[in-house]
Amino acid sequence: MSCTGKHHILEIDELSVSFLQYENNRSSRQILLPVISKLSVSVHEGEIVAVVGSSGSGKSLLAHAILGLLPYNAQVSGDMYFEGELLTETRIKELRGNQIAFVPQSTTYLDPLMTVGEQVRGKRRDAGRQKKQRELFARYGLGTEVDKKYPFECSGGMTRRVLLSTALMGNPRLIIADEPTPGMDLALAKKSMEDFRAFADEGNGVLLITHDIELALEVADRIGVFYAGMTVEETPVADFASEETLRHPYTKVLWRALPQNGFTPLPGVQPYVKDMPKGCPFGPRCEFYTEKCQGEIPMQRVGCGTVRCVRYKGEPLAVTGGRA
Amino acid sequence: MKKNLLLAGKNLIRMLLLLIAVSIVTFALVSASPIDPLQANVGQAALGSMSEAQKEKLRSYWGVDTPPVERYLNWAKDMLRGDMGTSLLYRQPVTTVISVKLANSLFLMVLAWIISGIFGFFLGVLAGVYRGRLPDKIIRGYSLVMASTPAFWLALLLLIIFSVWLKILPIGLSVPIGVEASGVTFLDRVRHAILPALTLSITGVSNIALHTREKMIDILESDYVLFARARGESVRGIVLRHGLRNVLLPAMTLQFASISEIIGGSVVVEQVFSYPGLGQAAVAAGTGSDVPLLMGITLITAAIVFFGNFLANTLYGVIDPRIRKGGQRE
Repeated sequence: MSCTGKHHILEIDELSVSFLQYENNRSSRQILLPVISKLSVSVHEGEIVAVVGSSGSGKSLLAHAILGLLPYNAQVSGDMYFEGELLTETRIKELRGNQIAFVPQSTTYLDPLMTVGEQVRGKRRDAGRQKKQRELFARYGLGTEVDKKYPFECSGGMTRRVLLSTALMGNPRLIIADEPTPGMDLALAKKSMEDFRAFADEGNGVLLITHDIELALEVADRIGVFYAGMTVEETPVADFASEETLRHPYTKVLWRALPQNGFTPLPGVQPYVKDMPKGCPFGPRCEFYTEKCQGEIPMQRVGCGTVRCVRYKGEPLAVTGGRA
Repeated sequence: MKKNLLLAGKNLIRMLLLLIAVSIVTFALVSASPIDPLQANVGQAALGSMSEAQKEKLRSYWGVDTPPVERYLNWAKDMLRGDMGTSLLYRQPVTTVISVKLANSLFLMVLAWIISGIFGFFLGVLAGVYRGRLPDKIIRGYSLVMASTPAFWLALLLLIIFSVWLKILPIGLSVPIGVEASGVTFLDRVRHAILPALTLSITGVSNIALHTREKMIDILESDYVLFARARGESVRGIVLRHGLRNVLLPAMTLQFASISEIIGGSVVVEQVFSYPGLGQAAVAAGTGSDVPLLMGITLITAAIVFFGNFLANTLYGVIDPRIRKGGQRE
């Protein structure tokens, strides 16, 4: 049970994604490249959960993994549950585009040779969908002339609104949005966030994948912090009020880096997947680094959040899975 | 409208420049050719028994005694007046020779062009969709084998199978032997064109199929196909809704670009089947130093290839909204 005691819409338990690749361009030996090593995050009814992490932490792959869209050379382990039901390959195929909607991040996700109106309406053609598409476009300030435009004729902001409309065309329970706001002006970004809020308030869930921590703090209910393919902390937004209420040293570093909290950067960079340190990936940059950090570190519940750090002695995390 | 005229004008100038360049290069190559027109066409023995005056006459007939530049300029002057000259081998106006041969060849080439285009496209799409699986392996295997098979060898093979062993198709020529021209039916012509057209198609398919496959794979790996999958579209739906739409443009370019390959292939294939087309005439003109005919054939084929590519470009503007609508806004 989580702190809020709400029904889980999506629960991800220790998801790992690796890619089978050739070691280098001279070798015929294949190696497994782990890009997401331990990712646990859950979305409850009525919640917007933001997954924040810097570039290259495996954020977009998370969306693709949930939707079952990883390339053929990817290997996935760990369990995902949707509405308490284990997500198998066939189950994902039934759900995507239907109960799970995806808002991708760029204009390349639209067919360059099809009008945006037609793409938003999808393959079924009926008056109802036509009407709904028009309503959604009107809501985002896209005039009737936009229906007949091709993606190359749309500005970045217009494209985002079009992509957002595709998600709202159906009646999803969960929206997975991959960086939905860059390119929008502030008013529009706010508006789309309000839509996510309204959507969540109806008892649905939103998984917002972003590198924009300020946006996350503003709209999300809970935040999953992602470092080098691993969730290090999952916390209610309220805990970001002060450094003390946060748990993981990396989250604290993120907090200190925020403009209102001193703008202090931490030297060093996130490790590349090929030379990942043992145990905690943040270890080498951490001020509390000890030998214990090199072992397996489980996710544990501390207060209303969870953390993956040896400095905490919380309850082990219970996966509700099929029992939710 | 004005823009279209401008475009057409630009292309016309381009074509003229191309034809001038092609004519100069062709002429230069013929002039540099070691073939002695007298020996090639009259024969060493006959030449030996001729008087000096007779030889002199022949030399001036084949143009050996005139400097190449002067000959080229003479030819160009006539050409500008619309006179392509007289074929030295056929002793008929070049235009007459070309129109007869071209009619024979066009039948063959258009047939091969359409067959290889349609089959190549569908095999390519199929292979792309089934990438790495059995249909792809078969299509790719076939294409690679065919792409590396010389056209003349394939032509001989087909000849052996269908004409020698099975005896169901004629062994060569474009019409039956010993039949009056008026007695030749359309069916006769088709029967004679089957084998050469088949040879051209079989080799032509592989190229188009391999390229189309590559394009199809690119499309299926694109973000917009990923998004379509995320929205719950089936593979079949994606191929029909997004795949074909996007693969059609590159396929069109390929199809028109393949005109040049079909013409090139027809030279070899017509030779094997003794098919009296443009390709065979080109070989005869080249080895027999029939300069006016060779120049005429080269220019006509260059113009056909140019026109094919021009057509592809124009169609692109009509079909691709990025060019059609993007152009309008300027």
